[in-house]
Amino acid sequence: MQNICFDVIVVGGGHAGCEACAAAARVGAKTLLITHKKSTIGEMSCNPAIGGLGKGHLVREIDALGGLMAQVIDKAGIQFRMLNASKGPAVRGPRAQADRDLYKKYMQEALISQKNLTILEDAVEGLFFDGNILGGVVLQDGTTIKAKTIILTSGTFLNGIMFIGHQTSIGGRVGDVSCSGITPYLKNKGLKIGRLKTGTPARLDGKTINWNILDVQSGDDVPQPFSFLTEKITNPQINCHITHTNEKTHQIIRDNFSKCALFSGLITGIGPRYCPSIEDKLVKFADRTSHQIFLEPEGLNTDVVYPNGISTSLPADVQEQFIHTMKGLENVDIIRPAYAIEYDYVDPQELDNRLSVKKIPNLFLAGQINGTTGYEEAAAQGLVAGVNAALVSMGRKDVFTIDRSEGYIGVMIDDLITKGVDEPYRMFTSRSEYRLFLRADNADMRLTEKGWQIGCVDENRYSVFKEKKTKIDAFRDFAKSQNVKFSDLQSMGIEISHDTSKRSAYNLMSYHDVSRETIKQIWPDISNVETSVYEQVEIEARYSGYIKRQLADIEVFKKDENLHLQENIDYSQIGGLSREMVAKLSKVKPSTIGEASRIPGVTPAAITAILGYVKK
Amino acid sequence: MQNQTIYALSTVFGKSGVAVIRVSGSQAIDAIKNLTNIDTKNIKPRYAYFCNIKNKEQTLDKSLVLYFKAPHSFTGEDLVEFQVHGSRAVISSVMYALSEIENFRLAEPGEFSKRAFYNQKMDLTEAEGLADLIDAETSEQQKYAIRQMEGGLKNLYDGWRSTLLQILAHLEAYIDFPDEDIPSDIISDMQNTVFKLVSDIQKHLDDNSVGERLREGFRVVIVGPPNAGKSSLLNTIVNREAVIVSDIEGTTRDAIDIHLDLGGYPVIFTDTAGLRQTGEVIEQKGIEIAYSKTEQADLVICLFDASKDSVQVFDNTAKTFKNKALFVANKSDKLTFEQCSLLQKEGCLVISAKNRDSIQCLFSAIENKIKSRFSSGSSILLTRSRYREALKNTVLNLENFGFDKEIELTAEDIRLAARELGKITGRIEVDEILDKIFGSFCIGK
Repeated sequence: MQNICFDVIVVGGGHAGCEACAAAARVGAKTLLITHKKSTIGEMSCNPAIGGLGKGHLVREIDALGGLMAQVIDKAGIQFRMLNASKGPAVRGPRAQADRDLYKKYMQEALISQKNLTILEDAVEGLFFDGNILGGVVLQDGTTIKAKTIILTSGTFLNGIMFIGHQTSIGGRVGDVSCSGITPYLKNKGLKIGRLKTGTPARLDGKTINWNILDVQSGDDVPQPFSFLTEKITNPQINCHITHTNEKTHQIIRDNFSKCALFSGLITGIGPRYCPSIEDKLVKFADRTSHQIFLEPEGLNTDVVYPNGISTSLPADVQEQFIHTMKGLENVDIIRPAYAIEYDYVDPQELDNRLSVKKIPNLFLAGQINGTTGYEEAAAQGLVAGVNAALVSMGRKDVFTIDRSEGYIGVMIDDLITKGVDEPYRMFTSRSEYRLFLRADNADMRLTEKGWQIGCVDENRYSVFKEKKTKIDAFRDFAKSQNVKFSDLQSMGIEISHDTSKRSAYNLMSYHDVSRETIKQIWPDISNVETSVYEQVEIEARYSGYIKRQLADIEVFKKDENLHLQENIDYSQIGGLSREMVAKLSKVKPSTIGEASRIPGVTPAAITAILGYVKK
Repeated sequence: MQNQTIYALSTVFGKSGVAVIRVSGSQAIDAIKNLTNIDTKNIKPRYAYFCNIKNKEQTLDKSLVLYFKAPHSFTGEDLVEFQVHGSRAVISSVMYALSEIENFRLAEPGEFSKRAFYNQKMDLTEAEGLADLIDAETSEQQKYAIRQMEGGLKNLYDGWRSTLLQILAHLEAYIDFPDEDIPSDIISDMQNTVFKLVSDIQKHLDDNSVGERLREGFRVVIVGPPNAGKSSLLNTIVNREAVIVSDIEGTTRDAIDIHLDLGGYPVIFTDTAGLRQTGEVIEQKGIEIAYSKTEQADLVICLFDASKDSVQVFDNTAKTFKNKALFVANKSDKLTFEQCSLLQKEGCLVISAKNRDSIQCLFSAIENKIKSRFSSGSSILLTRSRYREALKNTVLNLENFGFDKEIELTAEDIRLAARELGKITGRIEVDEILDKIFGSFCIGK
């Protein structure tokens, strides 16, 4: 292997690494995945679930671009729920509990069968440079492997330290070693490195939980798949349960605050606000006497239960005490205590919108190393980094970027590279200004063509997409062309405001109180339209007024995105820019005026000054 | 460019008690070094030095010199202020002396405030308030410009925006965290909050455009038949001891704008010449066009020759002026006392443009009309039509708000409204919303 020069080496077999190596290989690059253990490829280190609000959107987008995550969870999912099903389609988020072992299994199978991809079980302990150019990786025994491009998807493994109470141990995950060799290389090249923290709750033995007295949370009656290619979910579906903390729980936690790693100052990294430890919740919301805890089984053939909502850095004995105060958990056995983990990340402002490191152009970063949290966020970045690393390594001049108007992936990457992070970054639908347009249901319409053009979407997926698109376009045209007289509607008992004499089918579809059945009654031909096709056009019709405005906004946005800024602009030479502005702009080196305008603290006046300078 | 030091006269050029010359930039201290004997190594910032100002050959004036060290200055840069005597000779010679210092140049209009803005010494509303202050032609304008600069508007708009963001945070939390127990009772309050906000903004908007008028001037249009004495009235107005700011040719051939300071308010008088009652079609058309000018007017002076016509000459047109009309009978010099008092009883102001009789009364009447428009406005006045536009859009979006549609559309209404307000003060949103969400709710399973 030392004699081979790979196009792309991916370091790390987590969710970012899996999508990265698969995407690079799909595009056609000779790709090597190096991971500590083949058996932990695709491991769900924390919550055994995929999707959710914003996150589900990302999974659909990954799927639209030929990625693996959606198809794997469709095979491994054991409880599917469409979150916000009662709200509108733009804010519905698919989510599924996974069987942890099945998820790993199907992910590993997908990678093993991937063309152009080799998997090596080893530990990367350093990078090597050929002069100033990154040339490959150094394994722990000192051997080197050459590559034209490298993608680091190191997760929590860079200088990972785990905390249980005041007890600390070095490692990237329970049972896994950490990696201290890579960070110094990055620091040497002048990259800004910081520390972040995250945590995972205790695992419980389901055999010792009193399920009968707990509230049940069941999945959807008809589970909806993530992938645009999956027709049906075939796994048996299970229930989750809900319990609550109480005053007694809170008292025990409060009494032991001093023993917790977080408050005693042992942990310096910043954790995610939306995934706070139970002690954080108690401090911040001191007046609340109860918090809900979801009990999520980790699989079909295991008794391990994931208690969602009580991650903590308290010592193991305190964990046991407070867990036992909760309803149904009075006699529960703890399989493994909760722990917090602190790790190195690279300030994502060091990256461009292809996730390439500006100071080391053939190095790409994806996942937690960029300051994000979540499997879906990691996977989406992995895909973008994988495609771009492949393009660079194959000498192709085209680039693969997604902007804010095209997908949540674009929103995330743009947020990361323009704003940086001060806590682990998680996707929310509220982060997207074009939320009504960027929906989970139309991810394929937004992205599959783009993926096909660049080469990360295969022929099968593309033809499925083409067929669906043709049908949607045809039905939309049909619906817009078919009119019904107002008087006919009245005679059918349909009450809508009378401002025009006739209505199109498309227009009628936008009304909540006009059912699909009624429309079929007026135009019997519509009965032949597939449900998925009908739904797409119906959603468009429902949102039409708002979407029109968003599309107009997108046009304005695109104008700024198309004003490219040279990388070598000397901002100190632009008149009217304060020293602070010059510093911010020089650090981020925005590639467009739009990016520049989104850097926090960069004022409209500064943008005007840059525009003036560039137009000269 | 940024490292160049700029200087300019900050007060009006001409004879005055004191003239202030400002110098700003990294080398501002050189101005003190070159023009005075003050020991610049030990100079105390924000301390008034009284000393001689000199060039290489001679002493130019005695002056107060103040030094403000960056960033604690108006521009955020090193800044020097010379307060000299306001004579043309002194001002010119000091400015000349400054121009001879290396890397010094005359500031461009508004450049001081621009630098202050770039150095984050003020936000957009404050900066524009300042621009108005620089342009302030009259004392009333200055009063409002100062109030705006102090952040009156900024606080008002930020307050409204913060209300909207709070609502949005609730909606977004409800959307993005469906499994969390977000208290649902908050939703019921939203409708009332939005309703009140709409009414507040509308009240603010409903100030009869007084704020903009303060910036641009109140429009007074004079109409009337030919030979009613419009030209003489205009001449009389011009010859009055008012400060004439400019006289600009209007866009239409016969209209002339005269800018005046009337009791501290900027007033623009417009003469619409050539109005005649005629049966001829083309002329009639011309009359219609001329009258249409009165639509933008704040006050229409309906002038007629009382020796020839009666106030009834306006019978056909006056109703289009609504309550903007002020009927003025001219040529009182040709009338008897009885005729005059009869006209007064009819509600006319009786003047003689030729003899300047009762011209002062006319000015008082105009002033009163302007003042009455003020009293209906809120204390913080809208001074930019840009704000008005954004506020109108805010209201438009809020009027769509309701819970009779998908929640994400409800959120979209608020988001668009907040964005419009943000356009005025120039702020970002998503992170603020997330801050509010995580500050208000216990999120995180």
